[in-house]
Amino acid sequence: MEHRWGMAIDLDRCTGCEACVVACHAENNLPVSNPEQAAEGRTAHWIRVDRYYQGEFPDVKVKYMPVLCQQCDNAPCEPVCPVYATYHNPEGLNVQVYNRCVGTFYCANNCPYTVRYFNWFAPEWPEPLELQHNPDVAVRMGGVMEKCTFCIQRIKRAKEDAAQEKRPLADGEVQPACVQSCPAEAMVFGDLDDPQSKVSRLAANGRATRLLEELGTKPKVFYLERAK
Amino acid sequence: MASTPELLPYQRIREDLFRPLSGISRAYALTTAVAFVVGAAGLIAWGYQLRRGMGVTGLGRPVFWGFYIVDFVFWIGISHAGTLISAILRLTNAAWRKPVTRAAEAITVFALMIGGMFPIIHLGRAWLFYWLLPYPNSRLLWPNFRSPLLWDLTAIVTYMTGSVIYLYLPLIPDMAQLAEHNTPWRRKFYRALSLGWTGSDRQWHALERAMKLMACLILAVAVSVHTVVAWDFAMALAPMWHSTIFGPYFVAGAIFSGIAALILVMAALRKVLRLESYLTRRHFDNLARLLLLMSLLWLYFTVSENLTVWYGNDPKEMAVFGARTRAHYAPYFWTMVVLNFVIPFVVLGIRRLRTIANTAIAAGCVVVGMWLERFVIVVPTLANPRLASASGSYAPTWVEGAITAATFAAMVMLYMIFSKLFPIIAVWEFKPHEQEDE
Repeated sequence: MEHRWGMAIDLDRCTGCEACVVACHAENNLPVSNPEQAAEGRTAHWIRVDRYYQGEFPDVKVKYMPVLCQQCDNAPCEPVCPVYATYHNPEGLNVQVYNRCVGTFYCANNCPYTVRYFNWFAPEWPEPLELQHNPDVAVRMGGVMEKCTFCIQRIKRAKEDAAQEKRPLADGEVQPACVQSCPAEAMVFGDLDDPQSKVSRLAANGRATRLLEELGTKPKVFYLERAK
Repeated sequence: MASTPELLPYQRIREDLFRPLSGISRAYALTTAVAFVVGAAGLIAWGYQLRRGMGVTGLGRPVFWGFYIVDFVFWIGISHAGTLISAILRLTNAAWRKPVTRAAEAITVFALMIGGMFPIIHLGRAWLFYWLLPYPNSRLLWPNFRSPLLWDLTAIVTYMTGSVIYLYLPLIPDMAQLAEHNTPWRRKFYRALSLGWTGSDRQWHALERAMKLMACLILAVAVSVHTVVAWDFAMALAPMWHSTIFGPYFVAGAIFSGIAALILVMAALRKVLRLESYLTRRHFDNLARLLLLMSLLWLYFTVSENLTVWYGNDPKEMAVFGARTRAHYAPYFWTMVVLNFVIPFVVLGIRRLRTIANTAIAAGCVVVGMWLERFVIVVPTLANPRLASASGSYAPTWVEGAITAATFAAMVMLYMIFSKLFPIIAVWEFKPHEQEDE
């Protein structure tokens, strides 16, 4: 296939500002929750920032780690879906077909990264937030599973634009919302099959590891961190 | 030992066992009404869940499976009462089995009907459950047979079909008898269901052959069904689920809880239908020994499962192990050990204590204990995923409580209805020689 999309996240740069979380909400029509809903665990964020604390107060160091769908090449979520609602698309993305999902929760149980989110109720937006829905992204119904898509709508848009202008897609032309909004420029997105792309070079960097790599899931998100 | 029912005159057996089919006592009406109300409350709760969404349950991220899956595994386990007991005893020609088999086979069918509801109740969009079925459709979509849920569906549908046939076959001669002298609608009902049974030699041979064949088939299916249920968990890459022991562990647990349920039902039938001369000390004693054996087997599996994890000391698995045995879920775990092992071992292991009442108490403990076992398997694993930052906890809501309570009411109600339509003990099996009659 022409592309194999991947991401590199530099943990030494990440400040934990959560701009990526907000940008993702706005781009992907994710519902916002009030404090009561959050307390009941009814929030959904396709990307979250995990915090790891090192040391004792006051000598505490906090490490931030944005965790999104790792778009595994060998994804445990895929074979367990009885209706093929979650499947591997030709560009290596784990895509979720909302219309096909019946909500068995099995994919979420089998995801070692716990990055799948369920629509516990039909989503609601407080006025006037429903007016800012992204027209390129489906608004999901209650009762279906969802997760990060690597902003597949942006990938499609960029590919169409390039095709119209009869030119190959340039590196860095596709930027998911989280990557675009990162003020520290800690996130890089691109084609892992292109050895010249920025993300490929970062993935080959000595600082690069993948999350829970030992499970053999072959994630396509690379985390860069200085060895101590 | 009390006298065996085989020695009673056949005429009396017939009267004793056909009598409960007619007339409705006050206690019967009251129990059925209570069961109906509890069942209806469960249906209302489910309606509410369908309307509002799965958010009305206590499920959440990361505990996506809770009470419903626990109930599912529990009831499929209970369903092993009938097949295992009755098929094994039939194949080994155990003479004492006669008054036990039908009660057991009926439990299987009803427990499967109830258990089979849960995968649907549990769906985010339950009204689309038929998408899991391999039916021809215009979009040429086929379900994913790589998913253990599809294996599950296949196994349960097979098991359901098999156990309905297995319950039905030995009912035929009894229904033919019931069609003889009865109220008009009952005559029609039994005549239609007895499929033109006349009791000829040819029919008896065919029936015997069919029952033997079904006994063999149903054994294989029963073992595979609960293995597949176990694989719903074992195939997942989750700490303490991804284990080879789960298949046999679940089958043993299913037989264990199935025998316990059978003892409870038999004790209730004995009291309510006054079947003291049919369900004797001997039957309870034999089943109590079987329950004791299964309790020991259960302990063996439980120790194997937990000891290997503890000794291996893998941090991800130890998080689940710790949650089970020392932290949040420890009360459930240790109650389970007491109910499934300590109480049955003492009560059934000491011969002097092995009375019918005590056996029923031990069986009640095992039924509750096995429900807890499924809870302890399902929830702590999900609450402690591989990334500690995503860990969470689970507390059920009234919706899940109401639906769970309704399943027990449904069992009572189905059994009450069944006992009014069919003799709960196979009458024809006591017939000395079928040619001599009439």
